Formats: sequence, structure tokens, C-alpha cells
Amino acid sequence: MDAVFKALADPSRRKLLDQLYLHNGQTLGELCEHLEMTRQAVTKHLALLESANLVVIIWQGREKLHYLNSAPIQDICDRWLSKYARHQLDALSTLKRTLEEHTRETGHG
Amino acid sequence: MDKPTFVYVTYIATTLEQLWNALTSETFTQQYWQEAQLQPDWQVGSSVQQINSDGESEDIGEVLQSEPPHRLTYSLQMPDAIGVQPSRVRFELQQSGATVKLTLIHDRLDTQSCMHASGRWTSSLSDLKRLLELTKGLALVA
Repeated sequence: MDAVFKALADPSRRKLLDQLYLHNGQTLGELCEHLEMTRQAVTKHLALLESANLVVIIWQGREKLHYLNSAPIQDICDRWLSKYARHQLDALSTLKRTLEEHTRETGHG
Repeated sequence: MDKPTFVYVTYIATTLEQLWNALTSETFTQQYWQEAQLQPDWQVGSSVQQINSDGESEDIGEVLQSEPPHRLTYSLQMPDAIGVQPSRVRFELQQSGATVKLTLIHDRLDTQSCMHASGRWTSSLSDLKRLLELTKGLALVA
């Protein structure tokens, strides 16, 4: 989670994520068109976003496309915000009971 | 630019087999589809059927690739995009240290169904992650 907060702490990197939010699946060239940064700077920022799993690369033929990945942000949300979501807690406790019953039945665990 | 694609990559502390079983389980597909659930046997060429709460089934796709526990691809007719080319759902599971890297690529979507799909996948996959990691936690205390 440190990597995610570090990646998000920079305004240029947030701008890159904004660009992908508007148009997901862009090449490096397309991203550079909309940002006042050198290609090298964009590459560096993308590498950091990628290591934080906020940006995912999908190859399409010879094109390297960048996609915004919301999973790390969802994890942050799950960690703090979902504690207040009552129905989810109910669902999880139901699951816990089901799983424990299953564990008892199969004799595993 | 190509048609909208939804990509989601998450790392789950579980095993390849458990994640595969969870992704293909009725519980998960029901959670994703809310009222309905999917009922394919996950063999290549099998139809993906949506079963509604009245028990009626409808073909909404086809299993295109099934390599347990690594790769699962199926076509999917999005409910709000009838009459157009079906979308495609691809799951890739890879061992990554003590966790499993799950990549979901849902492509051939239109803008509307991409928004629809992204909200649904995000919440159902994050619930799935919590469930699998909870199962692991339970196994430790059991």
C-alpha cells in the first residue's frame, strides 16, 4: 500500500491517471500529446504507477496500451470505508458461517 | 481508438485452484449478476446461460477458452447491448510469490456497457478477494 500512496502523492502522476480515466488504453505517444511533460518524464511516472499496480500494460499486437487499474484504490476503500457498510459486513459474516460449516463437513482445516 | 476495454488486476493471497473454483462458482457469478446466475460447465464451446430468479434460462455467451486453473475466456452478450457483437471476458491467473495475480480483461464493449461492467466487476472481484483471504485466515485459526 506504500507504493500506491507514493504513486498518488505526485500531481503529474495523478494527471496521468486522469488522462487514462478519460480515455483508457492509451499508448505512450497518445499520453504525451495531452501532457506538458517530456517523454522521458512520462515514461518514468508510468513505471512508478505500474509498480504500484495503478497502471496495467496490455499488449495489442505491437502496441503497448496503458490501462488504469482501480484495484489498489478499491483495496484502500475496502480497508477504511467499507467498515461502515453494514450490508457487506452482514454478507461476510454469512459467508464466514457457511465456510465454517463447509470446513466442519469436509473435515479440513 | 478501439472500443472500450475494462482491465482489472488484483493480487489475492490464495491458491490458483481456489481462485479458479471461486471464479467459476455459482456464488460468484450470482453475485456479479445479482438476481441471476451463470450456468455453463466451463468446457470450450459450452453455452453460457443466464438463469433468472424464475428459473428461466437464456443463452448469453459461449466458453471460448478454458484452461484450468490459468485461463478462462467467454463471450458475453451485455444486457444493454443486444444486437451488437458480443463482448469478451478473459480471466488470467498467474502465481506471483505467495499470491495469485488475477487479470480480468473485458473488451469489445461499448461505452455504456463498459461503465456498467466496470462497477460490477470492481465490487464483485474485491468481495471475492476478501472472501478468499478470509477463507485463508479461517484455515489458519481452524
